[in-house]
Amino acid sequence: MTDLLSKFDALIAERQALLDSGVRDPFSIVMDEVKSPTEAVINGKRTILLGTYNYMGMTFDPDVIAAGKDALDRFGAGTTGSRVLNGTYQGHKECEEALKEFYGTEHAIVFSTGYQANLGVVSTLAGKGDYVVLDADSHASIYDGCYLGNADIVRFKHNSVEDLEKRLRRLPAEAGKLVVLEGVYSMLGDIAPLKEMVAVAKAAGAMILVDEAHGMGFFGEHGRGVFEEAGVSDDIDFVVGTFSKSVGTVGGFCVSNHPKFEVLRLVCRPYVFTASLPPSVVATAATSIRKLMHAADKRAHLWKNSRRLHQGLRDLGFSLGTETAQSAIIAVIMPDQMTTVRMWQALLELGLYVNMARPPATPAGMFLLRCSLCAEHSDDQVDDILGMFKAASEAIGYRQGTS
Amino acid sequence: MTDRAEVYNRILELIAPINKKGITLSEDTSFANDLELDSLTVMDLVAAIEDEWDITLPLNMLPDLETIGQLADAVAKLTR
Repeated sequence: MTDLLSKFDALIAERQALLDSGVRDPFSIVMDEVKSPTEAVINGKRTILLGTYNYMGMTFDPDVIAAGKDALDRFGAGTTGSRVLNGTYQGHKECEEALKEFYGTEHAIVFSTGYQANLGVVSTLAGKGDYVVLDADSHASIYDGCYLGNADIVRFKHNSVEDLEKRLRRLPAEAGKLVVLEGVYSMLGDIAPLKEMVAVAKAAGAMILVDEAHGMGFFGEHGRGVFEEAGVSDDIDFVVGTFSKSVGTVGGFCVSNHPKFEVLRLVCRPYVFTASLPPSVVATAATSIRKLMHAADKRAHLWKNSRRLHQGLRDLGFSLGTETAQSAIIAVIMPDQMTTVRMWQALLELGLYVNMARPPATPAGMFLLRCSLCAEHSDDQVDDILGMFKAASEAIGYRQGTS
Repeated sequence: MTDRAEVYNRILELIAPINKKGITLSEDTSFANDLELDSLTVMDLVAAIEDEWDITLPLNMLPDLETIGQLADAVAKLTR
């Protein structure tokens, strides 16, 4: 018998070697208690959370929680059904209404996760003979959406308008084309030059999908995302997003003004062949989305936090993923796996949780300590965070450029 | 139409700089098993080939192109 798991032997050995060196496993953290959007208890220690994507801090919003409890009481713990059978409740429709209002679109479809939204929309829109044109650093859910479908997949260099244009030019003029872009790229926290990219894609006769998972809530006048801030709303055919970041729960969605959009409900397999979100989840999402429409103060504070952390880490000498704070993700670029894990653990022992990211999730083989800010982080917490970065790098003897 | 032999020879030139182990290249040389190219290097090579002949090699086609010979066949067909 061939052991099917033996193909992972190299990874198992690498992980074991790392753990044998005495460090904790960065991918097995357990939150024992969660105190607020910005604090949890990990290993008995009160810890500041700086790696949650809980940008707008909606997870503990009193109105959001009340809506969830009420729906749990009135509609039960789960739907036990697909959206197209017994799994569409009034709450799912209300959630889609909230999305339509938030995005100012004619249509909205709610999926059970953001991953499934991309999986479903990309695989269904682009079929055999069509082309999906995507950024090389696209999220795994976009790649997986491509592999679930039958379209030809063409990849362009990350954020390169020139490369996108070149690749589109090589495709047959009459072929169907879907250009997939992300507002914010989650590994380095950099944003896409959407104005230029959208112009190039439109000129090539492509339809455009923008994933605003990390942009919803605090980019653009209505918080719709980077595409709104770039002033290209009218040229975007489909916007995909998630409830698991700014909205503060779980779920995914796609909004559009396309007149035939509703047909996706019948043909999109990741929508049809899975159970719908529980009533409490769609109730919390709808309430949160409506509150995000009027969250100017929170947005301003989130941007202030992001800029302060970026500047502070720079002043401490860390190498960062972007020149300025382009989003609420600040990525600290580390030299290698061992230094990254030691730094990550030193931060955790001081009471700070950040994400460790490594290949293949990261571009160009990078090791990152990825920080994501929350609108609920206080000014004092940002000071504490910077203090802990300084203390941790001293504790492990890490100085940028010397390790 | 591009000549298959011409394509093959030019591909060998493009691979030379990334042939780190200095193995002898042939029609049957495998990218994964012989050249042991990582995914980033493969991406650069694919981009170089696309630029060289102004063609598109879709990502989904790559798993079928295991050897230099198979790649040369695909490129020659695409440039016809």
